[in-house]
Amino acid sequence: MYVVTHRGLFFWITGLMLAAAIGAILVFGLPLGIDFTGGSMIQVSYPNGVPPLSTIQSQVDAVPVGTVSVRASGEDAISIRTRTLSQEEHDAILSALSADASVIELSYTAVGPALGSQFANKALWAIFTVILVIMLYIAFAFRKVSRPVPSWGYGLTVVVMLIIDIIVPVGFYAAYAHFTGAEVDSLFIVAMLALLGYVVNDVIVIFDRVREHLAKNEREGNREPFEKTVGRSIDETITRSINTSLTVVLALIALIYFGAEATRTFALVMLVGVVAGTFSSITRSAPLLIPLARWFNREV
Amino acid sequence: MTRYRVFAVVALIAGLLLAYFVWVTQADPTSGYRFKLGLDLAGGTELVYKADMSQTALGDRSDALSALQGVIERRVNLFGVAEPLVQTERASTLSGITEDRLIVDLPGVTDIKAATDALGKTPMLEFRLARSASSGQTTDTVTYEATGLTGRYVASATLGFGSGATAGLSAPEVILNFNSDGAKLFEKLTSENVGQQLAIFLDGQLISSPVIQEPIPGGQATISGRFTATEARDLVRNLNFGALPVPITLESSSAVGPTLGAAAISAGVVAGIIGFAVVALFMIAWYRLPGVIAALALAEYLAFMLAVIKVIPVTLTASGIAGLIISVGMAVDANVLIFERTKEELREGKEPREAVHIGFSRAWPAIRDGHLTMIISGVILFWLGTSIVQGFALVFVLGVLASFISAVSLSRVFLLAIVPEHREGTWRFLLGSGIHNP
Repeated sequence: MYVVTHRGLFFWITGLMLAAAIGAILVFGLPLGIDFTGGSMIQVSYPNGVPPLSTIQSQVDAVPVGTVSVRASGEDAISIRTRTLSQEEHDAILSALSADASVIELSYTAVGPALGSQFANKALWAIFTVILVIMLYIAFAFRKVSRPVPSWGYGLTVVVMLIIDIIVPVGFYAAYAHFTGAEVDSLFIVAMLALLGYVVNDVIVIFDRVREHLAKNEREGNREPFEKTVGRSIDETITRSINTSLTVVLALIALIYFGAEATRTFALVMLVGVVAGTFSSITRSAPLLIPLARWFNREV
Repeated sequence: MTRYRVFAVVALIAGLLLAYFVWVTQADPTSGYRFKLGLDLAGGTELVYKADMSQTALGDRSDALSALQGVIERRVNLFGVAEPLVQTERASTLSGITEDRLIVDLPGVTDIKAATDALGKTPMLEFRLARSASSGQTTDTVTYEATGLTGRYVASATLGFGSGATAGLSAPEVILNFNSDGAKLFEKLTSENVGQQLAIFLDGQLISSPVIQEPIPGGQATISGRFTATEARDLVRNLNFGALPVPITLESSSAVGPTLGAAAISAGVVAGIIGFAVVALFMIAWYRLPGVIAALALAEYLAFMLAVIKVIPVTLTASGIAGLIISVGMAVDANVLIFERTKEELREGKEPREAVHIGFSRAWPAIRDGHLTMIISGVILFWLGTSIVQGFALVFVLGVLASFISAVSLSRVFLLAIVPEHREGTWRFLLGSGIHNP
């Protein structure tokens, strides 16, 4: 019952988290990667040690391809981002880099601007569709529950949850990107969508318990205040919520520490999302039903 | 109980066989069931071309795209790449793709320039004269002499059936129509070289070499050879589409060197092993005997997933490996749900087997709804498209499905195979995590 009794406090914590996340997004902005904007990305390694980034910057600035950003990537590698390069420009940059150090080109990616904006469009649509379909599914799965909150109220609550659960890791990423130079790439979108699926699963377990108690109370003619039903449901599922997120967190930490460089940021975003998502499904999902129940029954 | 024990043993053996299959096929370098590695792991180049269909009638677009695929495939083969992959993507509102695309995967190729040059150059359709140079008594060596007549001068080619040499049978013919410059050139060429072979080359490969029977004015030539209807049709297509059927432009390209991929693979394997071990240890520490069963079910889950990835086959990418590792963490969720439910029943003083049965049926609706919503988001992810995203989505959806099956069937069978009717002796400890009532 702790969570329900103190739900005001938790709503406040949520509010602060949201404010911080939105603040980070507004202040730092989200640097979109070439998957969205189009452009070229060159990753090269220096087997004999990376020269100072400023040296590299001045080397590539000599090539007339507009603004070039250089940043470290891993221990002995750097990545260079430019507008979409032609083959000749790509070669020119490589030869500028290898002027006084031996470099190995690890990877090269060029995305046309048209493809980029298409992907951004599609990503937004995908997130929107996932949220919509999940809402419909939950409204359907809880169709037998009608009091004190109609089934679409559960769907609506989940949508509110999902939006909050997306904003928090996005805000974290905005700050993280600001300090490390990371960018929003397609893997980031993957992380968001995977998070949506994960968090919904979390919320459903708690709602399922509420659903079960409501049905049982009705069968047995128990008159239990809705708050109490919700409180009991949270207490009974809290171990499971924490344990499941712990196992996912363990897998993610393994991925961050030992996994491939390419998926490290992805795992970090997932980690923040899973922790924040678990916290929010425990403290917020079912408690959100209470004001909703009041609202639906305000005339009674 | 005997029934469950039989099932449990069968499931264990099946799991071992799957693991053995995964191991053996990976150890054998010639096996057809080795993991298929994506370009980001194996190293290679991916080129995405946009096909400009604005000049092509709506009904012909599908044909034009497959013709384009044929042309590009031929060029890729000339380029000499092991296991190239040329795919097309039709524009459709359903898939969210707004243009026709051609995607070329070239494993092992890291020189984008060489690749794009080989693929993007205009194909050469050439007419050359065959000159046989006798060198002493040895076999004639045939050399082909350029004539200046190329695909540029062919206006169109059509398939026809003329009366062939054999009476009663109509033989397939290829009818060429030259434009006016080509017609003049062709007439001059044929009148000067009657009796010679006029060879037709496409992209440097000899396609056919008909013999010039007589001077041909009027800009129309018939190639009647000993070809089948299929060969003739292919030739017509090659001639018509000698130049690319539709213009293409390079939309995106990416090349990954071999070192990056190798590092990603070993990192993925290490992260996978450690992730699995930590999750299994956690489950055992927290749930004791049921935890051991969950770890066992998780191992079977992994063997099953790896085997499925090999058999389908799913192309593994760095993001796919990440998806697999995360799914290990998520796969125990259903187990956790069931065990927590079972524990509640035990706390209320129920006997173990009854508690397991009730625990499973109580946990079922949540497992069903949770897994379904995860599958929904996975499917939408897959629809989102690019290869990195799909690599993750496919593994994610497969993983959710497999964890569903492993938790609902395997864990249940294993538990029911060993849990006794009554809680006595060490069973109090083995099942007793978090339970304080006697």
